[in-house]
Amino acid sequence: MPLSRDQVRHVALLARLGLEQGDEDFYAEQLSGILRHIDRLQELNTDAIPPTAQVVEVAATLREDVPRPCLTQEEALANAPAAVDGFFRVPSIQEEA
Amino acid sequence: MTLDPTHLTISELRHMLDERELSAQELLGLHLERIEAADADVKAFLRLTTARAAEQAQAADRALRDGTAGPLAGIPMAVKDVLCVKGVETTAGSQILKGFKPPYTGTAVQRIFDAGAVMLGVTNCDEFAMGSSTENSGYFPTHNPWSLDRVPGGSSGGSAAAVAAGEATFSLGTDTGGSIRQPAALCGVIGMKPTYGRVSRYGLIAFASSLDQIGPFTRSVEDCALILQTMAGHDPLDSTCADRPNNVARGLHDGVERIRLGVPREYFEVKGMESGVRLAIQKALNTLEAAGAELVDVSLPHTDYGLAAYYIIAPAECSSNLARFDGVRYGMSEQDAQNITEAYMKTRRKGFGAEVRRRVMLGTYALSSGYYDAYYLKAQKVRTLIKQDFDDAFANCDAIVSATSPTVAFPIGSRTQDPLSMYLCDVLTLGGNLAGLPGISVPCGMSDGLPVGLQVLAPQWREDITLRVARAYELAADMRVEVALVD
Repeated sequence: MPLSRDQVRHVALLARLGLEQGDEDFYAEQLSGILRHIDRLQELNTDAIPPTAQVVEVAATLREDVPRPCLTQEEALANAPAAVDGFFRVPSIQEEA
Repeated sequence: MTLDPTHLTISELRHMLDERELSAQELLGLHLERIEAADADVKAFLRLTTARAAEQAQAADRALRDGTAGPLAGIPMAVKDVLCVKGVETTAGSQILKGFKPPYTGTAVQRIFDAGAVMLGVTNCDEFAMGSSTENSGYFPTHNPWSLDRVPGGSSGGSAAAVAAGEATFSLGTDTGGSIRQPAALCGVIGMKPTYGRVSRYGLIAFASSLDQIGPFTRSVEDCALILQTMAGHDPLDSTCADRPNNVARGLHDGVERIRLGVPREYFEVKGMESGVRLAIQKALNTLEAAGAELVDVSLPHTDYGLAAYYIIAPAECSSNLARFDGVRYGMSEQDAQNITEAYMKTRRKGFGAEVRRRVMLGTYALSSGYYDAYYLKAQKVRTLIKQDFDDAFANCDAIVSATSPTVAFPIGSRTQDPLSMYLCDVLTLGGNLAGLPGISVPCGMSDGLPVGLQVLAPQWREDITLRVARAYELAADMRVEVALVD
């Protein structure tokens, strides 16, 4: 199933991926090509087949909820592009009232 | 000294270190010289960690004198750029993480350090481990030491090339669809992907969490078993890392007498299989048969659907894992934006390369409302069928043998315009990831002057069989991993 340019714009927004000039055609063409190959999955009847999300059987393990040392605030912020007063700094998420 | 230490295996070097024929610091010096001579052409390393290496080598020499040396004391090694090492810039081959210095060291690497190894530096890879040629690195491509105009394979191409070029005695990589085994094959070294859950993924920058595993590149099967044994075992910091006996080296030297090796016919008929590769594999199978193994025909009927299932599951998981790269907590950040959504979009467009963006888009699409059942759920069901194929095959054999890659190393630039042709590189390896199996690639001769790899797959948790068959081949074929003489 080929991807339309509208779909590309929608998916790019979902993925928080900016689009530059030429990107819409690039993705529409390349993703459509890959999806043509992937569509062969529809040849298989899988109605009675359970899905596999986790391939190795690992019992869910729980541990005691005991406090232990973790990163300091300084260490946690050491890689931050912008920090202020011990917090990560981001552009505004709300319009000013 | 008649043998060049940069060509030797861990066990050979360990003997020399124990006998005081050379010190860890001298060994480090020889490797730094080798890197200086070869890496301008090979470009296996993104960054060297020379100061740390000097400290680790000094500590190893002390431990060797005191009699407290760990099994890897003084052995020079390299780490793929997706494994976090505290204080060492780690970027997953991506511009978006440029400058990132992890605040902690991952479990697998820490265990290697605790055993006394000396870290030389960080090796190049495809961005976020997505690729089969290391051409998708956000920095520069790595070159195959056997033929500098060809790719080393990928995504762990730098780690494979470093061992092949005599720059490191062993290295660490990660394998999501073949990213250890395929570059090992293309560079003529040994590479192994363990059972999913054998090695902790704590400190591994995640690509596809249900498929990723950390594993070694080495010059002998014995070395491979040693590194795997050192890294393996339960880790409370990774809930998928199993609490099971660490017995990977059991019976390593027991040979293949009466071992049944399954030969899957579908793996010999894949698109693009080169006749030179087929010939080398046939010869390797004859060698194993002569050593006492029994060859049996097996079938993996859903082979043709593996690539399609993989290219839904891996991108879906990657689109979710890579959501964390938002320009807020680490890495590149485009702050010139009206609001935070625009800041995310600008940062991610600029920071991710073309292949990563392609997969994030594909994965997001496959998980999006209205398409989930047709793509993601369908792919997970086909994953069940592929796992069943292997279960059925292993009912009739102890291990499965095939080529690792349908082709030898290809010229740089020859596949970058056609993503599907690049994805086909992994057609013989990704089944092992979908089914969670251990797999090894061992050099088995040359085709057109370039290395060919033999793949051995075994049932989950049976690394011992994989290694035992590989060791038997190594012995029967008198195989020794050669170092490519780049100069």
